Amino acid sequence: MYAQMIKSTGKGVKSLDEMDPEERAFQERINAGGKIEPKDWMPDGYRKTLIRQIGQHAHSEIVGQLPEGNWITRAPTLERKAILLAKVQDEAGHGLYLYCAAETLGVSRDQLTRDLLSGKMKYSSIFNYPTLTWADMGAVGWLVDGAAIMNQVPLQRTSYGPYARAMVRICKEESFHQRQGFDIMMKMANGNEAQRKMAQDALNRFWYPSLMMFGPSDKESVHSAQSMAWKIKMNTNDELRQKFVDQTAPQAAYLGLTIPDEHLEWNEERGSYDFSEPDWEEFFDVLQGNGPCSVDRMEARNKAWDDGRWVREGLLAHAEKKRARKMAAE
Amino acid sequence: MSEPLFEFLCRMGDNTLVLGHRVSEWCGVAPVLEEDIALANTALDLIGQTTLWLNLAGEVEGKGRDADALAFRRDVWEFRNVLLVEQPNGDFGQTMMRQFLFDLWHKGMLTALQDSSHDQIAAIAEKSLKEVTYHLERTTDTVVGLGDGTDESHDRMQNALDRLYPFVGEMFVSDAIDTAMMAEGIAPDPADLRPAFDARLDEVLSDATLIRPTSDFAHKGGKSGQRHSEHLGHMLSQMQWLQRAYPDATW
Ligand SMILES: [Fe+2]
Ligand SMILES: [Fe+2]
Ligand SMILES: [Fe+2]
Repeated sequence: MYAQMIKSTGKGVKSLDEMDPEERAFQERINAGGKIEPKDWMPDGYRKTLIRQIGQHAHSEIVGQLPEGNWITRAPTLERKAILLAKVQDEAGHGLYLYCAAETLGVSRDQLTRDLLSGKMKYSSIFNYPTLTWADMGAVGWLVDGAAIMNQVPLQRTSYGPYARAMVRICKEESFHQRQGFDIMMKMANGNEAQRKMAQDALNRFWYPSLMMFGPSDKESVHSAQSMAWKIKMNTNDELRQKFVDQTAPQAAYLGLTIPDEHLEWNEERGSYDFSEPDWEEFFDVLQGNGPCSVDRMEARNKAWDDGRWVREGLLAHAEKKRARKMAAE
Repeated sequence: MSEPLFEFLCRMGDNTLVLGHRVSEWCGVAPVLEEDIALANTALDLIGQTTLWLNLAGEVEGKGRDADALAFRRDVWEFRNVLLVEQPNGDFGQTMMRQFLFDLWHKGMLTALQDSSHDQIAAIAEKSLKEVTYHLERTTDTVVGLGDGTDESHDRMQNALDRLYPFVGEMFVSDAIDTAMMAEGIAPDPADLRPAFDARLDEVLSDATLIRPTSDFAHKGGKSGQRHSEHLGHMLSQMQWLQRAYPDATW
């Protein structure tokens, strides 16, 4: 899940009777499974919440290039390098679709970028963790993209048209991301002793941060209730986390790896796995900017943006000159 | 015959390998998102071409080495890429200028190789040429756009050209390997590619308001493997690290 702790109006969900006719028509359309398009009327809170959510999702794709980019120049074979590079390139593309979707709500990509770089807007906590061995490329694809898919698949049905359509495109690529990660994990888990050790170590480090991707329990959150009523959030955080654990535990067993949770156990009655909660204190620390790589990530993004300024300005100036020359010639 | 052919194929494959690696170093830190995507595209094309060239080289050599063995298990003196492609990325302008100069040579080379007497070489050239034609269009636009942009972008592009121009000449120097390739109708004389390169370079530099350096001095030693720059060893120490550290592992 690339959007965490998104605040909506905070006022609680209104009943249809409390709404004025415009808002009521809007909510009824959503209830009937209809889509809201950029030119349609929408409540201010809906627009603002979506900008926060889509923006945070887009930023996550962008910052998410860094932990995997960290291994592209060390990929062990030409094929692995090509696959990883294609995967990271997809993530940049996802960022682009999402910024475009956000722009339909009246906020520019430049503005969103500035808000990311100043620290005003956040990105997913997961990308503040380091990638230390090649097995981490497996773990990230398997677990991180796996968790993202849990959230993104239902979002294909979200009420806001441009967001839903961006999700459809993104989901097509995400399953390849997860597969390439699992494939790396298989090679590592079935490899030599050092590789098996790297695989287990990667799972140990990424397990709880992956569970944190869904955010803390939001059963009682007024923000989440509102977002769910608007259908810009489709499931509770706990539902998605449970689904993720249920899907991932057998995969870990298949790999011969041990999930670092002594309480992980199949619960016959619930038809689901019981599992331990991650350390939510750590999660809030990471959100505050105290993740192991938080400073590095923001430095890297800021440096890229600052170093690229002359390029953006140069290309813009050239486009202006070309336009002026064309005008003069006409 | 097989030895000069092996050398020639390593030259083609090492150029794309080393440049593809350099370009991939930009992952996630380009000046705009569209450039992140475009640079990854270029790197992906080059890595794909590397696989074709080096697998063929391994086949020709007949010692059981494939593209990965050649890419990840040779040391600096065994690399046959031109010095231009191993130059560090520098700023975005330097990366684009390096790419443009290489693309312009590469397109001429691949165009000629389409008529190679060696069927597999002709086929790789034909496939690569489609990709490289697109690379050249993009880098031409970028060199012109940044050359004829702001004062700062102009100066940076001029610096990049001045810095890289001494590495242009090596791409057109013929040696015994080239003579052997010409004799078999496998590859053109690199020197014959120079006039068309120069003509197009002058056009683009003029559009970009950039001045071509007057000295035609050319550094040599990359394509012969006799004297690479210091940069290549550092690149290999990163690129080859996993394969070297865990030689019995499969990935
Ligand atoms: Fe993505
Ligand atoms: Fe992702
Ligand atoms: Fe992904």
